[in-house]
Amino acid sequence: MAILIDKETTFIVQGITGREAVSLTRENLAYGSRIVGGVTPGRAGRDVYGVPVYDCVRDITAHTKVDGSVVCVPPKFTRDAVFEAIENGIKLIVVVTERIPRQEVAQMVELARLRGARIIGPNCLGIITPGEVKMGGVGGPAEDTRKAYMRGSVGIMSRSGGMTTEIANTLTAAGLGQSTAVSIGGDAIIGTSYAELMPLFEADPETQAIAIYSEPGGRMEAELSEWVNQNGSRLPIVAFMAGRFMDKMPGMRFGHAGTIVEGKADTTADKIERMTKSGISVAERIEEIPELIKQRLAEAR
Amino acid sequence: MPGMFIDVEVDASVAADAELVGKLVEVCPVSIFARSEGGGLEIVEENLDECTLCDLCIQAAPEGVRVIKLYEQG
Amino acid sequence: MRFYEYESKELFARHGLPLGKRGIATSRDEARARAREIGAPVVLKSQVLSGGRMKAGAVKFADTPDEAAALFDEIMPIVVNGQTARSVLVEEKSPISQEYYVAVTWDGRRKLPVLVFSDMGGIDIEQVAEKYPDHMSQTHVSTILPFTPRLAKEAIGATGVSGSALNRLTPIVSTLVEIFLAYDLTLAEINPLVRLENGRFAVLDGHIDMEAEAREKHTALLEDLGIEPEETRQARPPSEFEIAGARVDAADHRGVAGNVVEFDGDLGLVIGAGGGSLTLFDAVLKQGGRPANYCEIGGNPSVKKTCELTKLVLGKPGVEKIAVMMNVVSNTRVDIVARGVIKGCVESGRDPASTIAIFRIPGSWEEEGFKILERHRVEYCDRSVSMYEAAGRAVAKTRAQT
Repeated sequence: MAILIDKETTFIVQGITGREAVSLTRENLAYGSRIVGGVTPGRAGRDVYGVPVYDCVRDITAHTKVDGSVVCVPPKFTRDAVFEAIENGIKLIVVVTERIPRQEVAQMVELARLRGARIIGPNCLGIITPGEVKMGGVGGPAEDTRKAYMRGSVGIMSRSGGMTTEIANTLTAAGLGQSTAVSIGGDAIIGTSYAELMPLFEADPETQAIAIYSEPGGRMEAELSEWVNQNGSRLPIVAFMAGRFMDKMPGMRFGHAGTIVEGKADTTADKIERMTKSGISVAERIEEIPELIKQRLAEAR
Repeated sequence: MPGMFIDVEVDASVAADAELVGKLVEVCPVSIFARSEGGGLEIVEENLDECTLCDLCIQAAPEGVRVIKLYEQG
Repeated sequence: MRFYEYESKELFARHGLPLGKRGIATSRDEARARAREIGAPVVLKSQVLSGGRMKAGAVKFADTPDEAAALFDEIMPIVVNGQTARSVLVEEKSPISQEYYVAVTWDGRRKLPVLVFSDMGGIDIEQVAEKYPDHMSQTHVSTILPFTPRLAKEAIGATGVSGSALNRLTPIVSTLVEIFLAYDLTLAEINPLVRLENGRFAVLDGHIDMEAEAREKHTALLEDLGIEPEETRQARPPSEFEIAGARVDAADHRGVAGNVVEFDGDLGLVIGAGGGSLTLFDAVLKQGGRPANYCEIGGNPSVKKTCELTKLVLGKPGVEKIAVMMNVVSNTRVDIVARGVIKGCVESGRDPASTIAIFRIPGSWEEEGFKILERHRVEYCDRSVSMYEAAGRAVAKTRAQT
């Protein structure tokens, strides 16, 4: 078990002939992912590392079961690509692209909600279920991914794509494997937040603990704290909080589009306080995460 | 002139083959190859160091293209 | 990206929102002229990219044109939250009978725009929410269904407003929502929106923030308003160094080498990515380091882009060493970044071996990257060294040199 994706998951890559999408395709295939097609308008008939390229999503969904799509097209075309995926029945969409205006993201999320689809991202590196499959650039080349990720019982959720792998790598080095790691995206509005993923991890018998990367800005950590307070999660949660220096620099944007301190609720101090109150352990350094998880697991026994 | 890190060598036979030249220009993700005014092959020197070692040029012309990592040279 | 009040009002006026007579003054003579044209009494308001003007004394009232001229000199030099005034807005002053608050912003949890309305304008909306919740409404707006005025009507009605006020306010509030949606705004606020004693409604103060990512979609409007492409409109004005940083990022679309922010330390940072930079910057500060800058590389920047960023950082006076650090990278390539920073050192006339205090970027293509670093005798570390520890080593090296 794991969440969102497993080795049976089939997906396509939209924008497959672009610089980043080409590497992503190669790396995902090498990790064992089932990429059943790619889309770049006007490039039908080509192939990328053996993956056939089509003009439209419909040309693939018409004859193949497609569970997901990785959207890797320039910001101007992202909304259209996501709409195309949703309207052709795809239920899991990973949006890699960054710098998409918020309103367009909201439109994607709203349509996804209407059609029963889930969006991960934008501005994310995707999802990985170690040892089985990955969907997106998370972990990089297959051999690097194998170095950083190991199958096990810790679920990861991270607002930073890079830090998803940094945390996984630290856990792996300490002998703690991962069930599924999700790079949820760094924008102010994202398809799926921590609190929205929690029920999935909660329902996954393989997952025994959660590691989170968080940062200033937004209400996502507050939402998670509330979720934990209301639902009394069985899973110990350990969070790392980056960007503490930003508390003293209101109005400045650092890190990700969603990372800005505009009010007290945006500060790391406020978030740490809320999370701590709801029983989430907060680490000062990444390397403290494995120890905290081990402690929490031991206490739970 | 080579880059600081990467050089590319192309055999004359490849450079003279219009079809292969077209392929090289198309596959390189960082535009190291260009068609010269005379229709031959031109190496865009300022892009050499951008080479991503993707091997697509070598796949396009397996016998006639070599990508040299200057940092591995003695 | 924040608009000045006069720019916000210009946009409101284009969409037919009711505004008082007004004009911009950049000198005391202009202030006098504006007051004469409008007809005293007038209000003079400093044009700064910050709230808290009233408290700072940057909003004043004048009964005569001469008084307006004198007040211009008083207001103009006032710095509000680090922002200097661009000009002074001179506007007609009329007696008010009722103040309202209306704003449209984003609700990140619901992932929708939210229309906030209150019949208690002029005071802090968070106070209203806390003390008088019945006087505030929050109404979510769809981004895919067409917006129609009934939502505005419901938002206003929910605070108990009825009668002619409801009917007069509905089109104003609707227009604000339409403006918010049409220009990819992150905030469209009128506070206060007032009913004057003469029965007319008017926008007294307004605040607009446009999403930076959407600027390209609205170049015509920005040009009309005179907002230059290089104006970042951040919480503080950009320094020369930061403007140069933005130029480096804009010059090449491959990857990101952006968000260069200047600090006054001596350790140059070539760090990434989004989350990694935050983590590393904290780690440098925590261990007593003094960063010369903040930046974010990521998205697999080209060699050229990393090279230019390195040159920029090394060009800053007092920067002898740089630390090149990232989290374990996935799509950014270790070898490409290694090439970029080494090339940047060489092109700056520096020896990469002594200039790069530490190179800690493990991950994608690391073997290739480490070969390059070894060749140029740059000290590097792999993933067994934590980000915190790497930052500590860089800090120790800069300390040793001073």
